[in-house]
Amino acid sequence: MNRPIRGQRRAGRRALALALAALAVVAVGCGSDSDESSSSATSASGDTIPVGILHSLSGTMAISEVSVRDSALLAIDEINAAGGVLGKQLEPVVEDGASDWPTFAEKAQKLISTDKVAATFGGWTSASRKAMLPVFERNKALLYYPVQYEGLESSPYIFYTGATTNQQIIPGLEFLKEELEAKTLFLVGSDYVFPRTANKVIKAWAKVNDVEIVGEEYAPLGNTEYATTINKIKQAKPDAVFQTINGDSNVAFWKQFKDAGLDSETLPVISVSTSEDEVKGVGIENIVGQYVAWNYYQTTEGSKNEAFVKAYKEKYGQDRVTGDPIEAGYVSVHLWALAVEKAGTTDVEKVKEASKGLEFDAPEGKVTIDGENQHIYKTARIGQLQPDGLIKEVSGSDEPIKPDPFLKTYDWATGL
Amino acid sequence: MEVILNQLFVGLSIASILLLVALGLTFTFGQMNVINMAHGEFIMAGAYTTYVLQTALGTGFLTLSFGLALPAAFLIAGTLGLILEFLVIRRLYGRPLDTLLVTWGVGLMLQQLARDLFGAQNVNVSAPSFLDGGLTVAGVSLSYSRMFIIGVVLFVVVAIALYMQRTPAGRRMRAVMQNRPLASVSGVRTRVVDRTTFFIGSGLAGVAGVGITLLGPVGPTLGLAYLIDAFLVVIVGGLGQLRGAILAALALGMANSFIEYNTSASIAKAGVFLLIVLFLQWRPQGMVVQQRRGLAS
Repeated sequence: MNRPIRGQRRAGRRALALALAALAVVAVGCGSDSDESSSSATSASGDTIPVGILHSLSGTMAISEVSVRDSALLAIDEINAAGGVLGKQLEPVVEDGASDWPTFAEKAQKLISTDKVAATFGGWTSASRKAMLPVFERNKALLYYPVQYEGLESSPYIFYTGATTNQQIIPGLEFLKEELEAKTLFLVGSDYVFPRTANKVIKAWAKVNDVEIVGEEYAPLGNTEYATTINKIKQAKPDAVFQTINGDSNVAFWKQFKDAGLDSETLPVISVSTSEDEVKGVGIENIVGQYVAWNYYQTTEGSKNEAFVKAYKEKYGQDRVTGDPIEAGYVSVHLWALAVEKAGTTDVEKVKEASKGLEFDAPEGKVTIDGENQHIYKTARIGQLQPDGLIKEVSGSDEPIKPDPFLKTYDWATGL
Repeated sequence: MEVILNQLFVGLSIASILLLVALGLTFTFGQMNVINMAHGEFIMAGAYTTYVLQTALGTGFLTLSFGLALPAAFLIAGTLGLILEFLVIRRLYGRPLDTLLVTWGVGLMLQQLARDLFGAQNVNVSAPSFLDGGLTVAGVSLSYSRMFIIGVVLFVVVAIALYMQRTPAGRRMRAVMQNRPLASVSGVRTRVVDRTTFFIGSGLAGVAGVGITLLGPVGPTLGLAYLIDAFLVVIVGGLGQLRGAILAALALGMANSFIEYNTSASIAKAGVFLLIVLFLQWRPQGMVVQQRRGLAS
C-alpha cells in the first residue's frame, strides 16, 4: 500500500480528475442561480435596473438568510408588477455569501463592478456587514442591511433597516426590569461582535438601573453543547436570562435548556435573535412561554401586514412564516424604490438625499428614515412564544422610536 | 461537590456524544484508513431519517417513529456509504489525500441535496414523551435524553465488541486489518470485507444522527459540527481501536466539561485542542496501539 505502483498511479490521476469534477459540480451547483441572473443582468440594456441580493444561501447562516432573500425577491416582484421603478423593471442578481465573511466582501465587489447593481440588499451577521462596509464605502455604492445589530456604527453608504440597540435591547431590558421585576440577569451569547458589544451596553445600563449581572457566558458560533453553561446559570440563580445566541446554536440551547428542567415559569429568558423562522427548527415545545424582543411579528396587526403575510405564503408555501428580519428585508427594497422614484434617478448620492425623512407604510407600521444616521424609526415590541409557534406581542413602545445607534441620548452610555 | 458531580455527568454526556459520532469512523478511518469527509453528512442523513419518519407517522407516534428511526438510519446511512464506497472510494484505496478531497466534495453535494429536499432552515424533531425532563439525584440533574444517548452508546459498543470478537465476519475484518495480503491468500474475500466494514461504519454515523436530534439542531450542515470532533477521538484513541476510542472520548469529554466550567466555552475548545496537540507530541500513535502482524510498516 505504501509504494505506488503504476496501476495505482493511474488510479490516482483518475481520482484527481474525479475530485476536480466533483468540486466543479459543487461550484456550478452553488452558483447556478447567480450565473443565470447575472448574465441576463449584464446583457440587459436600459430597460431594466439590476439590483443585488447578497445573503448566505449555504453554510451555518443559511437557515436564517435564505428567507430574507425570499422576502427581498417578493418585494421586487411586487414593484415590477406595479410597473417597476422609473418605468423600468428591476432585475435581481442573487449571490451567495456562503456564511463566510471574506466571500461577502468579494461578492459585494462583484455585484458593484461586474453587475453594476443600483443597490445591494444583504448581510445578516455583523461580521458580514463589517466585511462589506469598506467595499461599499470605497465604491460609493449602497447597501441595505436588514437585521437588528449592536449599534455604534453609521456608514454613509449603508441603510440600516433592522433595529439598533435603543429600539430593541434597551426596551427588552426595561421589560425584564419593570414587568418581570428581574433584579439579577445572566448574559448568554455567541462569541462574536454583536453579543459582546450588546452585553457591554447591557452592563452599562444595569449599573445605573440597580440590576445585577450575575454571569456572562459566550460560546463559539455553531456550538452544540450548552450543558455547562446551563449548569452555571442554575448556580447563579438569576431572575432572568438575556440571550444573544445566533444561528444553529439556538436550537441546541433551547433543547438543552428544557432538558435541564427549566422553562419560562422557573426562569424567563429574553432572546433578541430567535424569530418565528428559527422557532420552527427549535421545536415550539422547547421554547413556549419564553420572550423575544423585536420590532415585528407575523401576528402584528394591520392590513399592510395581512397583505404581506398572505403574499409571502402564497409565493413560498403555506407552512412558511414571516419574522422581523424577513419583514425588514422586504421593507428595504420598498424604501429604496421609493427613494429612487422621489429622486428620479438611481444615482447614489441623489437617492441618499431623497431618503432623508422618507416614510413608508410597512407591515410593522409606519417607518421613517432618519436623515442623519440612515437608520429607521421602529416600534419596539416584546413578544411571547405561543403554543402554535407564533409570537404574541405582550408589551412594547406605542410609537416608533428614533434610532440612536451611538446612544447619545443616554447618559450611562458615554464612553462605550 | 454537587458542582463536581454535575460536571462529571456533563463530561460523561459529552463523551457519549463524541463516542457516538466517532464509532463509525473507527471502522472507516481507523480500520480502512479512508479519510471520509462525508461522514458528517451520513450523521445528517440519520437525523433527517428521524424527521421523515416523525412527519410520516405523525406526532401521535413519537416513540414508535423514534424507535424505528434507529435501525432505519443505520440502513439508510449504511447504504449511502456502500454507494460511496462502490462509486468512489474503492478506486482510491491507498490514496488518502485524493479520498479526502473527493469525499469533501461528496459531502458538499449531500448538504445541497438536503437543502433542496428539506429546505435551508432547520427542521424540528420532537423528543418522544418518555425522554421529557429528568431526574435529580443528590443535586445532580440527569436528563433522560442524555441518559438515553449514553444507553445507545453502551448498546452499540457492546454490539460492536461482540461482532468483532465472536462472529466469523468480525474475525475476517480483523484479519484483513492486521495483514491484508495474508488474509487474501488465506481465502478471505477482502473486497467483501471492505464493503461490509464501510457499510457498518457509515450506518453507525446514521445512528449517531438519530441520537443528536435530541440535543442539537437538525439542518443541512449539522454534520460539520461533529466531523472534526469525531476525527479527533479516533486519532487520540489510536487508529482502529474501540478501547482507544472509548478512552479518548471520555478524556476529551471530561476535559471539555471541567475546563469550560472553570473558564468559558471558547477557551475550553481551544484548551482541549492544545491538550490534544501536546498529547500527540508525546504519543503520536494514540492511546491504544494496534498490533499488526506483517512485515510492512
